Amino acid sequence: MQVPDLVLPPLVARIASRLPATPPSWLLVGLLNQLVRRQVLPADMSLLAGRRFEVRVLDAGISLRFTADEAGFRVDTIAETADLCFSANAADFARMMLREEDPDTLFFNRKLAIEGDTELGLIVKNLLDSVDWSNTPVGRFMAA
Amino acid sequence: MPSNRTLPELVCPAGNLPALKAAVDNGADTVYLGLKNNTNARNFAGLNFDATSAREGIRYARERGRHVLLAINTYAQGADIGRWRAAIDEAADLGVDAVIVADIGLMDYAARRHPDLRLHMSVQGSATNYEAINLAHELFGIRRAVLPRVLTLDQVRHVIENTAVEIEVFGFGSLCVMVEGRCLLSSYATGESPNTHGVCSPARFVRWEHGAESLDARLNGILIDRYRKDEAAGYPTLCKGRFQVADDTYYALEEPTSLNVMEMLPQLIEIGVAAIKVEGRQRSPAYTAQVTRALREALDAAGREGSRFTVRPGWQQALAKVSEGQQQTLGAYSRPWK
Ligand code: SF4
Repeated sequence: MQVPDLVLPPLVARIASRLPATPPSWLLVGLLNQLVRRQVLPADMSLLAGRRFEVRVLDAGISLRFTADEAGFRVDTIAETADLCFSANAADFARMMLREEDPDTLFFNRKLAIEGDTELGLIVKNLLDSVDWSNTPVGRFMAA
Repeated sequence: MPSNRTLPELVCPAGNLPALKAAVDNGADTVYLGLKNNTNARNFAGLNFDATSAREGIRYARERGRHVLLAINTYAQGADIGRWRAAIDEAADLGVDAVIVADIGLMDYAARRHPDLRLHMSVQGSATNYEAINLAHELFGIRRAVLPRVLTLDQVRHVIENTAVEIEVFGFGSLCVMVEGRCLLSSYATGESPNTHGVCSPARFVRWEHGAESLDARLNGILIDRYRKDEAAGYPTLCKGRFQVADDTYYALEEPTSLNVMEMLPQLIEIGVAAIKVEGRQRSPAYTAQVTRALREALDAAGREGSRFTVRPGWQQALAKVSEGQQQTLGAYSRPWK
């Protein structure tokens, strides 16, 4: 399975950016916590605790904001600049998550932007890379 | 005429277990990895293996008939040599097929303590001639040396002809220019260098600043490069920055570029290199999979086709896409110097 090369039409961004950002953030946080609890995500929470994260899906016009503590992730409701922000289009995020594309490749190609604490960025990237999806139901969707 | 030499081993990088599996699944003969500390030259937060993941990786590779190497390729630092020695002990304990070592003190330790542990001399050991390699062989019994990316093809041949030690060369990956094992550039900016701390341009010193028209890369405050909108970016290493020299701002040392020897594979096979190495333990499993797959196919084809070998566009595209700075070079292999 390959993620098709498509950019969401501007209309999507216009509509989505007016919706409250909390529901998608809430979904993402729920998912992350599930993964931590099932020990799929081998997160050393002490490295992430107290840090604020933002994921901007550019073509969808949405921004997901969350933070972490020793116990897990939660939605970040404070409108302060995040410690770490990743931005890319939806298809490129999908490629990264499915391991079709390496984040460094997308970064070299300027399809992924990283702002804020670069070391925290590396921790997050390496954390996601180290997940062994082959032991989970998601495994069969992964490219590598 | 097809070459009747045996094919060089394809040696691929793994920063974590999924990358190791990706390398094995896509045709690597050998995978190399590092431990989670500054005993290896990719000491990045969250990267690398602990004993559990290393064991699992070794098991995975062995079951499929592949080899695993452990890189312990930084220089043991004065106050704390114990950590490097412990890494050697751990390698022996894990039962890896060989360790890749740069520090001769450490080679000595390994040779005395674990005489059965196979020793490879790291590229960071900076051995560019057969005398150096033969000496390390006599003293410590090294079985393979990884050549720095500074030699022409003829020079590589000359080394191979004059040593019994296996020779491994780089085949693909980000270039660390010319001074492997001797580079202090990043120390100048941050006080840390690959040989001492296992990392060039430590992430905590790196800042990406997004302006309206440009992206600035800073290393401990020093402006390394300014990319225009949509211009391909690279790693924020000092050697690949653009600097103002006299009245000119340009890549004064080296351009962000990747080494790619694909078109030279028949010659590398012909001169008898024992192994071809892919750089990139810091990259993700997707990179490892793409690069390993392309080089596996290319190497097999080069072995079959000899001088009739041509690089297929698909392989070239796969490698071009993942290249740093999206440029590629044959590097020193094709330089006219002698
Ligand atoms: S600054 Fe460049 S040449 Fe020096 S270690 Fe880093 S990548 Fe290699």
